Amino acid sequence: MSDFTSSFWSWYVSILTIVSVLACAFLLYRMGRMRVAKAPQAADGKTATTGHVWDEDLAEYNNPLPRWWMWLFYITIVFACIYLALYPGLGKFPGLLGWTSAGAYQDDVRATQATVAPMYAKYLTMDIPAVAADPAAHATGERLFLTYCAQCHGSDAGGSKGFPNLRDSDWLYGGDPATIKASITNGRNGIMPAFGPALGDEKIRQVVNYVRTLSGLPADSLLAQLGRPVFMENCAACHGADGKGNQAVGAPNLTDSIWLYGSTIPTLIETVTKGRGEAGTLTRMPAHKDLLDDGKIQLLAAYVWGLSHTAAAPPPPAPAKP
Amino acid sequence: MSASLAMPAAAAAPAVAATFNYKVVRQFTVMTIVWGIVGMLVGVIIAAQLLWPDLTYGIPWLSYGRLRPLHTNAVIFAFGGSALFATSYYCVQRTCQVRLFGGPLAGFTFWGWTAVIVLAAITLPLGYTTGKEYAELEWPIDLLIAVVWVSYAIVFFGTIFKRRTPHIYVANWFYGAFILAVALLHIVNSAEVPVSFWPMKSYSAYAGVQDAMVQWWYGHNAVGFFLTAGFLGIMYYFVPKQAGRPIYSYRLSVVHFWALIFTYMWAGPHHLHFTALPDWTQSLGMIFSLILLAPSWGGMINGIMTLSGAWYKLRTDPILKFLIVSLSFYGMSTFEGPMMSIKTVNSLSHYTDWTIGHVHSGALGWVAFISIGSIYYLLPRMFGKREMWSTRLITLHFWIATIGVVLYIASMWIAGVMQGLMWRATNTDGTLTYAFAEGVKATYPYYAIRLTGGTLFFSGMLLMAWNAIRTAAGGQCADPPIPVTATGDATHAA
Repeated sequence: MSDFTSSFWSWYVSILTIVSVLACAFLLYRMGRMRVAKAPQAADGKTATTGHVWDEDLAEYNNPLPRWWMWLFYITIVFACIYLALYPGLGKFPGLLGWTSAGAYQDDVRATQATVAPMYAKYLTMDIPAVAADPAAHATGERLFLTYCAQCHGSDAGGSKGFPNLRDSDWLYGGDPATIKASITNGRNGIMPAFGPALGDEKIRQVVNYVRTLSGLPADSLLAQLGRPVFMENCAACHGADGKGNQAVGAPNLTDSIWLYGSTIPTLIETVTKGRGEAGTLTRMPAHKDLLDDGKIQLLAAYVWGLSHTAAAPPPPAPAKP
Repeated sequence: MSASLAMPAAAAAPAVAATFNYKVVRQFTVMTIVWGIVGMLVGVIIAAQLLWPDLTYGIPWLSYGRLRPLHTNAVIFAFGGSALFATSYYCVQRTCQVRLFGGPLAGFTFWGWTAVIVLAAITLPLGYTTGKEYAELEWPIDLLIAVVWVSYAIVFFGTIFKRRTPHIYVANWFYGAFILAVALLHIVNSAEVPVSFWPMKSYSAYAGVQDAMVQWWYGHNAVGFFLTAGFLGIMYYFVPKQAGRPIYSYRLSVVHFWALIFTYMWAGPHHLHFTALPDWTQSLGMIFSLILLAPSWGGMINGIMTLSGAWYKLRTDPILKFLIVSLSFYGMSTFEGPMMSIKTVNSLSHYTDWTIGHVHSGALGWVAFISIGSIYYLLPRMFGKREMWSTRLITLHFWIATIGVVLYIASMWIAGVMQGLMWRATNTDGTLTYAFAEGVKATYPYYAIRLTGGTLFFSGMLLMAWNAIRTAAGGQCADPPIPVTATGDATHAA
């Protein structure tokens, strides 16, 4: 692996480094060897200074360099030379040990893979409900969840504003094992478009009131009545004429009591006006296929599926803390 | 009575027209205390935010991400910078026995630097930032910094050139290296392409890993030259002055000066271990950081050994306590730094609160302590007084600050090592033993201890301010005359 655009820079760095290390040693050697003139005793018996005086009383002794300090300095220089011989440092020279940070990382990954691969291979042959019922798989899945998923979905998988709750039976894209696995593998990019420019404030107020009636929330009945045609014309394509949503496109069910962003009128107005999940916002489920291997995705899917299928899950283990 | 105190020889040397420029020293001395209080208060607030995340009610201007750079800029460049300006202007005049060069230019550096700080205090909370650590200020402020800094260099080196002493005192070597290096660092690292004046926006002239490398070449040398070489300049003037003893070894100062300023320039890559930076660059950063240990300790040895034969003074002189304890913390941090630069150690310490502990053992223990000691030395001299209003308050300040530092760094060491160990702990199934949030939770008690330590240190600064106000009250602000006797034969009969 070379980061140099030409061998000139490799030589440049190598020579500069060697000269610099040696320059430190040379400075120390010369100054350490230089004879300190035997400090003459002043008349009062005290050691004399260099003879320079500043600001009335600032003076300097010329004591020799402390021996232990010189040794410390030399040892670090010798260490530097040995290190540069063994490890990459001098331009393109890879060092006698052939060590690289990327190689060290790969070795670690390989060693871990060798021990855990059989376990993951076993779970890959089982179907998701069976994996979910396995206590060891549940424990591993939970730790994977806490590492990779908890940042958005919460340590308890309860979700938060914009991030779905994974413990209930309400699913944007579907809660069957295959769909969960697909969501983790490829991510989800559901977008609620912004209707502000198309509808204007008045129509948005109307449709928002209509949407609230779908789940029995209090709403202005007149505005809601006016909002119904607006809904049919603009929203039904995704959310369905009955407002029950469409898992094929991840459109939420608007007739239940579960709200991803909130059900208050101001929040709904914001949702309809500005949309949700536009590029640049943190509301997209990222794809994990390049980050996690099949085995980990299998265990995560089983863990998440098990959260809402508690009957199939293993008995709650004792708090898994050493 | 300021003249007669500071210049015992003045009475015997009549008809001296030239005076020292004490006005700019006095301005920076006072502002050191003011900015110290401001910067440390912000530090206390963000330490409290880590304990209580909703402390500032989600007000964006007071959010952690905006206040944190305000804290670092305020303590490093406002507090530390003012201390460096004050002490370097004082030291260079007195050891060269001439008035500051450049006439009103010295006053310009005060008002220019103050403007930079005020602009930082406004723009950082508003969210204007380049995103480069310790160089967050946007391009118009960067330009102002460059102008002020070049003026500073002209004043300082102009004074050196017109000196009336045959030799340049060692403190001025360090101040000079600090001024030159910081000019170089600031101008290279802040090279950026302006996009708009308002809102202020620019893009770095460098991209990707080169940008990261330039940034940490700057960042580590800000530590090396701003916070080390500059403050070693303070040490070399104020320790022998306050101890009344000659510097321990001229030879040691020569070796450690050249080795220190040469080696520091290489150490930056240790901030980028195990990143996209090539392995060879990381290795060079590491080995030169290790070589840096002895040159750094040279300054500590020279300072502490200067006290040999006068150790008893530590018992009664709290200013000397500040100065000497600062050297102990300096020695400790400059041992810890090279150790943390070793790749194996760094893989544990990086990104943890250990780094925060290390920084503060340097910033509070070394930089703040030696600044406080030197400011206590300067204050009475700036206001024509013989000594500070209350020596007992200085002693109290010393102990409060010491306990504060120890609580701060000990809690962050423990928290940092704990975080590093928790993050790397794995189970037999290859998963992480602890979720990230568990590490955060485990750090909570240490955040509380850190807040306590920081609050103690901050309250010490309030004591200092009170003592300073009482000392300044009724004082005379005059520029003392420069004695005719240049040097050497100036017999000081204090």
